[in-house]
Amino acid sequence: MSEIFQSEIIISEISNLLRNDRHVAIGAASPIPGSAALLAEEERKNSDSKLKVTILHSQKFNNFTDGSRELFDASAQGRIDTFFLGGVQIDGEANINLVGTGHYPKLNKRFSGSFGSALMYFVVPKIILFREEHSPRTLVKKVDFISAPGISPPNVYRPGGPKYLITNKALFSFNAKDKNFKIEKINPEFTLDEVIKSTGFEFKTNENLKYFTMPSQKRIDILRNLIAPKVLNFYPQFAKKLWFN
Amino acid sequence: MVNFTQITVKEIAKEVKDNCLLGIPADYSGVPMSVTIEIIKNNTKGLRLYCLPLTTIQGDMLIGAGCVSEIETAAVTLGEYGQAPRFQDAVENSKIKIKDSTCPALHAQLQATEKSVPFMPLRGILGSDLYKNRNDWSVINNPMNSKTNDEKIVILPAVQLDILIFHASKADINGNVQIGRRRELATLAHASKKVFVTVEEIVDEDFFDCELKAAATLSSLYVDGISLARNGAWPCGLTNCYEIDSNEMSKYAKSAKYQETFDEYMRNFIARNYYSNI
Repeated sequence: MSEIFQSEIIISEISNLLRNDRHVAIGAASPIPGSAALLAEEERKNSDSKLKVTILHSQKFNNFTDGSRELFDASAQGRIDTFFLGGVQIDGEANINLVGTGHYPKLNKRFSGSFGSALMYFVVPKIILFREEHSPRTLVKKVDFISAPGISPPNVYRPGGPKYLITNKALFSFNAKDKNFKIEKINPEFTLDEVIKSTGFEFKTNENLKYFTMPSQKRIDILRNLIAPKVLNFYPQFAKKLWFN
Repeated sequence: MVNFTQITVKEIAKEVKDNCLLGIPADYSGVPMSVTIEIIKNNTKGLRLYCLPLTTIQGDMLIGAGCVSEIETAAVTLGEYGQAPRFQDAVENSKIKIKDSTCPALHAQLQATEKSVPFMPLRGILGSDLYKNRNDWSVINNPMNSKTNDEKIVILPAVQLDILIFHASKADINGNVQIGRRRELATLAHASKKVFVTVEEIVDEDFFDCELKAAATLSSLYVDGISLARNGAWPCGLTNCYEIDSNEMSKYAKSAKYQETFDEYMRNFIARNYYSNI
């Protein structure tokens, strides 16, 4: 078996989280979630439970025709099961910060901005937080700026919210009632102690803590032969670096 | 002969007055780069950018060139080419005012103007620091909920733009503009006092003769002037016409890191006279 890249293992893990979805949407700058969604779609294309994938940065895979507001309208209507969000910082209560570090508005380091997170985080049932870098500067005790809060009081309409957090080191589930993350899977290259040390917040540990699952050769073949050329169309820099260098 | 006001890129840029509220299309909906360069050459000042819902090189260039006093946006980024360096520098050093928003709010504020209602409600946002930093946003109890009267919902003010400029592939003989499914351009146009468009070509037909084409058209009803501008979105891409120019974007991302190298890049960019040579 040829060498499997770390990014491919994460793509495979994310793909597993989409098992029961009917419609997954992929937003800006999300090549790994985008690859995972197309992989899940391909693997289910001959089954009874097909997956629909909307990739906003693609012409062919963008199902919307009513302008860029349709993503938000469709999400508010409950027509999207899973969406991905990232963050400059993510904290232990799943608050996300896409704006920058330091004291707002005169930040030490400004990042791009909140995108659609302040609505999507509330209305999409399964939000998967994805942040490849797993370190005390990305996973913090408390974010410097809340682009979108992890939890809301009962008088706020909130059918959706965070369900998972995946990094290059681990997969966590989020429990809104307990307001905390629980580690479910760990990258075999790291120990639990190393994950604890590189996480700025406290989290629970599943008694049945598992390792990331290595993708099968069949899955890797699908990914490299069928998915990679598609990804090249809308995330060319990413695809070239990973698969076409 | 065409049956609409055909003007030049330079004339469009002159319509962009100091301190005006300028509509900025996203990178996927036709970035008017040729006009942007003319605005920079005019040394226009105090522009307030309203992005629907984000901007890339266009916003970063205008900021770096000192044309901008304020920006309302959901993001400024160079996408796969990294962060937007001139924007970062301007915010970190308080050179411009930032009104941080979220994509659906930027849409909703224009939709309120489309309907000529004073505000629009939107789900989400509550509990965010976006809300805390926006004095123009408000929260009400849902007046339609008869069961409980404490369900909170955010309301956003209607926003009318002074001027919108975008680039598109085609205009027809009567000044109707092909926007495909980039319907956010229609939202922007409906909510703007003036609208100017640059196009790759003007075709000798009327899009309204074909129902399929008509559905992908912004009517001349909303358009004040059109200019030809071949490759007018370059180095950004234009759907079905040309791809983003990776080399130029990488070059810009590198040059824009520091004000001095950005200034040098802009001097070279302007000296190249790219758009008028085609």
